[in-house]
Amino acid sequence: MSSPVPALTRPRKARKLTVVERVLDSGLRVVVVRKPGVPLAELRLRVPFLSARPTHPARAALLSDTMLTGAGSLDRAGVASAVQALGGELSIGVDADRLVIGGNVLATNLGSLLGLLATVLTEPTYPQAEVTTERERLVERLTIARSRPGVVASEALGHRMWGAHPYALDLPQPEAVQASTAAQLRAMHAGMVRPSDSVLIIVGDISAARVLDQVERVLAQWTGHPAASRVPALPDPGPAPTLVIDRPGSVQSSIRIGRGALSRSDPRYPALQLANLVFGGYFSSRWTENIREDKGYTYGPHSRVEHQVLGSSLLFDVEVATEVTAPAMLETRYELGKIASLPVTEAEVEAVRQYAIGTLALSTATQAGLASTLAALSAFGLGLEWITEHPARLSAVSVDDVSAAAAEFFAPSRLVEVVVGDAAAISAPLAALGPVATDA
Amino acid sequence: MPRASTLPAPVFDLTHHTLGNGLRVLLAPDRSAPVVGVAVLYDVGMRSEPLGRTGFAHLFEHLMFQGSANLDKLEHFRYVQASGGVFNGSTHVDYTDYHELMPSNALERALFLEADRMLSPRITAENLANQLEVVKNEIRVNVMNRPYGGFPWLVLPALLFDSFANSHNGYGDFADLESATVDDARDFFARYYAPANAVLAVAGDLDVDETLGFVETHFGAIRTRRAPKRPSFAEPALTAERRTTHPDMHAPIPAVAIGYRVPDPVGSLDTHLAGVLLAEVLSDGDASRLQRRLVHRDGLVTDVAAYLGEFGDPFDERDPSAMTITAHYPDAASLEAILRAVDEEIAAIAEDGLAAGELDRVRTRLVSVLLRELDSVMSRTLDLAKFELIFGRAELIAELPARFAAVTEDAIRAAAAQLRPDRRAVVELIAGGAR
Repeated sequence: MSSPVPALTRPRKARKLTVVERVLDSGLRVVVVRKPGVPLAELRLRVPFLSARPTHPARAALLSDTMLTGAGSLDRAGVASAVQALGGELSIGVDADRLVIGGNVLATNLGSLLGLLATVLTEPTYPQAEVTTERERLVERLTIARSRPGVVASEALGHRMWGAHPYALDLPQPEAVQASTAAQLRAMHAGMVRPSDSVLIIVGDISAARVLDQVERVLAQWTGHPAASRVPALPDPGPAPTLVIDRPGSVQSSIRIGRGALSRSDPRYPALQLANLVFGGYFSSRWTENIREDKGYTYGPHSRVEHQVLGSSLLFDVEVATEVTAPAMLETRYELGKIASLPVTEAEVEAVRQYAIGTLALSTATQAGLASTLAALSAFGLGLEWITEHPARLSAVSVDDVSAAAAEFFAPSRLVEVVVGDAAAISAPLAALGPVATDA
Repeated sequence: MPRASTLPAPVFDLTHHTLGNGLRVLLAPDRSAPVVGVAVLYDVGMRSEPLGRTGFAHLFEHLMFQGSANLDKLEHFRYVQASGGVFNGSTHVDYTDYHELMPSNALERALFLEADRMLSPRITAENLANQLEVVKNEIRVNVMNRPYGGFPWLVLPALLFDSFANSHNGYGDFADLESATVDDARDFFARYYAPANAVLAVAGDLDVDETLGFVETHFGAIRTRRAPKRPSFAEPALTAERRTTHPDMHAPIPAVAIGYRVPDPVGSLDTHLAGVLLAEVLSDGDASRLQRRLVHRDGLVTDVAAYLGEFGDPFDERDPSAMTITAHYPDAASLEAILRAVDEEIAAIAEDGLAAGELDRVRTRLVSVLLRELDSVMSRTLDLAKFELIFGRAELIAELPARFAAVTEDAIRAAAAQLRPDRRAVVELIAGGAR
């Protein structure tokens, strides 16, 4: 019987985008993309922020929370009012790799928002009173974050995979936040918020050439090089017993599994990307179809390849009902062992290939999505060409390539596992499946 | 600074159609990218759940993904994703949506997939048992095992409203969910999932005539059934303050939710829009009234937010709707001081009005946020369907900037004057977690 499901028609090609690029005298690399649509502009300024100093994560988090609380002659409400009046928004995010100042604005007001950004970059004030307020708020927010089992599990997995490397210490300790001062934030800004290794991405319904000149003019006063910083290479996580962290009375267990993976520029990366999708990277994956759609153990498992500057990771996340923790782990290891030891099928590879190509186009179809993707790629020296050329790389991957990547990266014997849950209920059943370590 | 009167407005090329079976169809071509969004909204949500069946609208939403007339279990997901697309569904108080974002060469396939489940979902005991477990795990991860899970949307309506329809837990009690049957699901489908009770929106890379042909082919043959008459769920404003507490064993610090019933968003749209602007004046960003007072000046709370609509979308529900103010705060003894400060800030707006430029900047930002949301083809598709379903006019989206521009300061003062202490419901979240 022939399927009643309509066939796909010939795909239409996406319109080619205009992109212009310039490296300013300060070393700041500026990338501007004209993307017509709504009359807005998106900006992402990516400043490298990697550091091995033990005080760094707390200061970086507090700096990102206070950078917009005073600039030039403007106080906190003054900055916020000025941005809002432009139909704009500025926000700051930081992680172990980078600080990103993100923003969006009515396209006609982009110049004014860039002017405010320049003031924030070159004349930040870090007022004492605001630093004190934000220090208390940050401590409360960290307390709330660590009351979430998924955060506890991810933090523990980071420690387990990366030891004492800065990548394991990304979430600051409250004591270190309490010890951070306004003077230290000013010094950190002066030392690290510098243009020479930074990238500014602007995407919107704008004239790319004109915006490039505007940026050069407005950001002329932002200069300098960040202080040199030495960060050790990522260690290679070895196999270890499953770590169980007790959360008494927890109605679910948070399972986090990980290992090192390939970066985007590795020639085998497209095969790994597809192998991950087949395993657990999209809804129609083996893992989801097994433990959600067949067994009902979970609302949803997810696996993904996460890219950081010093290395990439293959990560698996799932929350399962307490009483089925061991059975869910068993099924997870079964699927891991199966994909590592038996070839994937051609139908599976074709499905994930189309999914990867299609969703790359969908995720870069908005101004905001394209800006964020370009900002993320910029850390690896990649740009718009990576987005336009990646479908061809995915098309060239063979079924054997995917099976080989799966065999190398999904072997359960090489994975690091952490489970946060009610230890009294889950430790013994988990121990029946393999070695378990407990963390009081 | 742009003047409010010159704010940009979204532009749509929009056509309306109605099939013989009553299905309302909206087509909004935009050929700028090879992407198309498909959304079907059914005019039934948590408010229409039968007594003893809390959470049923959401459980039923899950069942709509479990196979249909021509599709086995798992096939819906696989067809969407192997076409390079993404899908989802979500249950709201007044409607339930199902949607796909696809490369445009999969448009007819997406329409077929939606039509096939509007024709006949595969509701079986096995699928029901499986999705019951999935939904229970969804509630565990989002509510039971999470600090502030479901706060305040699962607890505030129970205090703020009186009728079962408006006040019950929309995620569902486990006992109610477990007692749901295949017959319940078949009845629910028969009653609420008629073509005449739905809106189909398609936006993006499409040809109108060709798409209408696809729609007629796939949806046109679905049998006509009468759309149910929607009862009024209206409740008058409170006349005396209500208070309750809500224990949260995982939360490390207390929180509060303050709710007020507000005028009918559809029947008194301009009053509603004044309320939307008021919420922005109160809590949008560091220049807002409540942030400045409660976070920066008094240091009473770690965060504060004011919003209309149960999930923070002011255009998501019909009468009754609510204004909600939430805050997390470190010192459990400071609740009365927080309430007093909120009252004073609201009263200051009602009595003294706004500062120079305050309304213009808030309005400019609000329009910018609206435009940004519409840049996404999926959001645009869902918004068109939602405005058609809730307000009866998808065109309203394009008119919103001008409608917001016409809201006067007096209207915002009047909206603030309604948020009196004797008309509020206050839920205090008691933190039981480790600090």
